[in-house]
Amino acid sequence: MAQITLPDECAAITGGQCSLTLNAENYRDLRALLVKQWPGLDALLDRYAVAIDGQIYQDAFMEPLNADSEVFFMPRIEGG
Amino acid sequence: MAEAVDYKQIGSRPVRPDGLDKVTGRAQFGADTVLPNMIHGKVLRSPHAHAKIKSIDVSGALALPGVFAAISGADFPGGGIEGEVGGEGGGTLSDVAKNVMARDKVLYHGHTVAAVAAATPMIAEAALAAIKVEYEPLSPVLDVLHAMESDAPLVDENNYTKLPEKPENPSNVANQGRLERGNMEEGFAAADVVVEREFQCPMTHQGYIEPQACVASIDENGRGTVWCSTQGHFEFRAATSKILGKDLADLKIVPMEIGGGFGGKTVVYLEPLAVMLSEKSGRPVKMAMSREEVFRATGPASASVARVKVGAKRDGTITAAQAWVAYEAGAFAGAPYMPGAMAVFAPYELENFLVETFDVLVNKPKVAAYRAPGAPQSMHAFECALDEIAQLIDMDPIDLRLHNAADEGTQASYGPKFPPIGFKACLQAAKDHPNYQAPVPEGAGRGVAAGFWFNVGMQSSAEVHINENGTVMVIEGSPDIGGSRASMCLMAAETLGVEYDKVRAQVADTESTGFCNVTGGSRTTFATGMAVTRACEDVIAECKKRAAMTWGLDEDQVEWEDGQAIPGPGVNADVKPLSLADLAGKAAKTGGPIQGRASLNAQGAGASFSVNFGDLRVDQETGKVDVLSYTAVQDAGKAIHPSYVEGQMQGGAAQGLGWALNEEYIFSADGVLENAGFLDYRIPVCSDLPMIDTAIVEVANPSHPYGVRGVGETPIVAPLAVAANAVSRSLDMRICKLPLSPPNLLEAIDGE
Repeated sequence: MAQITLPDECAAITGGQCSLTLNAENYRDLRALLVKQWPGLDALLDRYAVAIDGQIYQDAFMEPLNADSEVFFMPRIEGG
Repeated sequence: MAEAVDYKQIGSRPVRPDGLDKVTGRAQFGADTVLPNMIHGKVLRSPHAHAKIKSIDVSGALALPGVFAAISGADFPGGGIEGEVGGEGGGTLSDVAKNVMARDKVLYHGHTVAAVAAATPMIAEAALAAIKVEYEPLSPVLDVLHAMESDAPLVDENNYTKLPEKPENPSNVANQGRLERGNMEEGFAAADVVVEREFQCPMTHQGYIEPQACVASIDENGRGTVWCSTQGHFEFRAATSKILGKDLADLKIVPMEIGGGFGGKTVVYLEPLAVMLSEKSGRPVKMAMSREEVFRATGPASASVARVKVGAKRDGTITAAQAWVAYEAGAFAGAPYMPGAMAVFAPYELENFLVETFDVLVNKPKVAAYRAPGAPQSMHAFECALDEIAQLIDMDPIDLRLHNAADEGTQASYGPKFPPIGFKACLQAAKDHPNYQAPVPEGAGRGVAAGFWFNVGMQSSAEVHINENGTVMVIEGSPDIGGSRASMCLMAAETLGVEYDKVRAQVADTESTGFCNVTGGSRTTFATGMAVTRACEDVIAECKKRAAMTWGLDEDQVEWEDGQAIPGPGVNADVKPLSLADLAGKAAKTGGPIQGRASLNAQGAGASFSVNFGDLRVDQETGKVDVLSYTAVQDAGKAIHPSYVEGQMQGGAAQGLGWALNEEYIFSADGVLENAGFLDYRIPVCSDLPMIDTAIVEVANPSHPYGVRGVGETPIVAPLAVAANAVSRSLDMRICKLPLSPPNLLEAIDGE
């Protein structure tokens, strides 16, 4: 089960749950599971970058997840 | 990944392809385009920092001979415009549109209220004077702490802090962020020493030498071309077309050479005005800001107030760290409050921390990105507090940082575990550096601080064409600000196995190459370099196919080595190797011109860390600060062109020292910027700084074919705290307010 961490601002949508585990083969499926459980996350998740096992993706899609993957949603970074 | 010792081109230091044109004046910048029948655009700016616009009458301007067009907010499409612009501090496109041209309110002194196009700049100036604007002045709010009070004047009456539950009342706080881990109470209880301070950073400008400038030529169908100074022409096309309600395919943006940006040229100001004026007048329109306009109306870096509390044990272990940072956004939301929160503790492994940051509206110009946006302000505060901790426990400041440094596997304060990073290597390189081993000069103080930036990848495209003589043409879409054409040529030469002087690079316009995000976020050498490398691999695959065809072998029987196709191991073929020139010369017979291409969304940008130290001395009679020596150490992953990496480190150090020592926006009580020129806004000049010594650390980024990490953002972060720590140690008193200018230092010294 991948360990998922959502930003604090998601708490209002998830009823305070920002840390959870989910079983998914890739990011696309993980995102679909999250949105199925909390439809209000749909628009919010697209505003985030996501770190999968330490690797930060600005636009994740089919990135594979392992059974023990750590997935952090975080604000997008750009820069100057 | 190949080892560094194998590289033949990467790591060398050839002269940049654009260098000679730039030093001889041949290079064409934003204001250099001249077209037949071209006329000149000028902007009318608000004399008030905060006012309602009751009416605008441009008829007087239009009545003047030689005036071709005049526009105001009423000419622009109304309603919200969906989308966001690139760069921290970019904000929403809807706000960018209102920043380009005010509608019902002016929100800062210098805010655009109208624009004209006329036969000459002088007639355009006269036309501006003939425009009548009736204002109802309002009280401005100019200070971030005052703006956060409940009874402060509201910059935007419809601004409610973005929270899970909408607040009852509007306020000037647009956004707020929070990161937390561990138990703060227990962390501080475990500390032997605690430092708690409030720090201030002023609003500063990037200080790019070339003001914003463009020429727009739009035909009777509303289609045309814009030549401009930009860090991202594809994003300028998107923003300009959306603000004007156009199809983006109707605009071509040509990126001219750019005289500096540092984040400030990721946002449109003039381009939508020039396009509309050109469309209305039927003539090409040139617009160029004066230096005064650049200061008053383009995006500076946020001023900030930071409250930091740090606890540590006598052995140097940080037990808890807390930061509260308020950033000025200017007139529209979009201060870099989250990057600031995510960066402040990033270099360290902390069990207990809490960060709260705020994006606060004030009646000042809308801020824009400026190298590592948000990080200099927050990290200045924490790195200064760490220095005081080091003094309290009598520990070397580099040792203190080594004791707490993040490393591969550390869970970053912003969430994920770090892949391989170079912070400890930077600390050790700084500690071992001869400049650090040397004694501190008499009367001076030595400051040490760390810097950090996340770095990004994002979208890039590149094409590689092999000319018929075997020379190589790289086409890419990233404006070259810091020598990136040289880096692209080096990576192409390395990948193809040819000499550097056989490769040329061209930055193409929006109709001549695939989409590229802005040159910013330290992404170009990483992401566009990755695209160029893949395009070259595409070429190699094609060359192997052509060689196999020539030799009558299977493609998998051919290898590419040192710029030549050769039979693979064990292949029994009595043939001569075929070079790129051989294959290109006979391309007509084997399938036509040889080219490769790649478009990608680069992932895996490696974080970049730095450690800087410097010796500074204060003249206690005048308050003047002399920088006696300065050393910048930074992890570049792999320095493709070491001279240009060093240039980024030196340039960032100079800008950071300018921010620390003298630069600040000074506003009058009614919100008028009083130092809108380089005479009174004091950036460092050569005589102000010593040679910035550099040491490049190379901890390869495993996600890039050559190990590249971006290097452009991080160098500006550490100098603010280096200067403050050095001055504080030299004066034996903590100085928490920047800039460390003579008036501020004399006030502190006299107060003591």
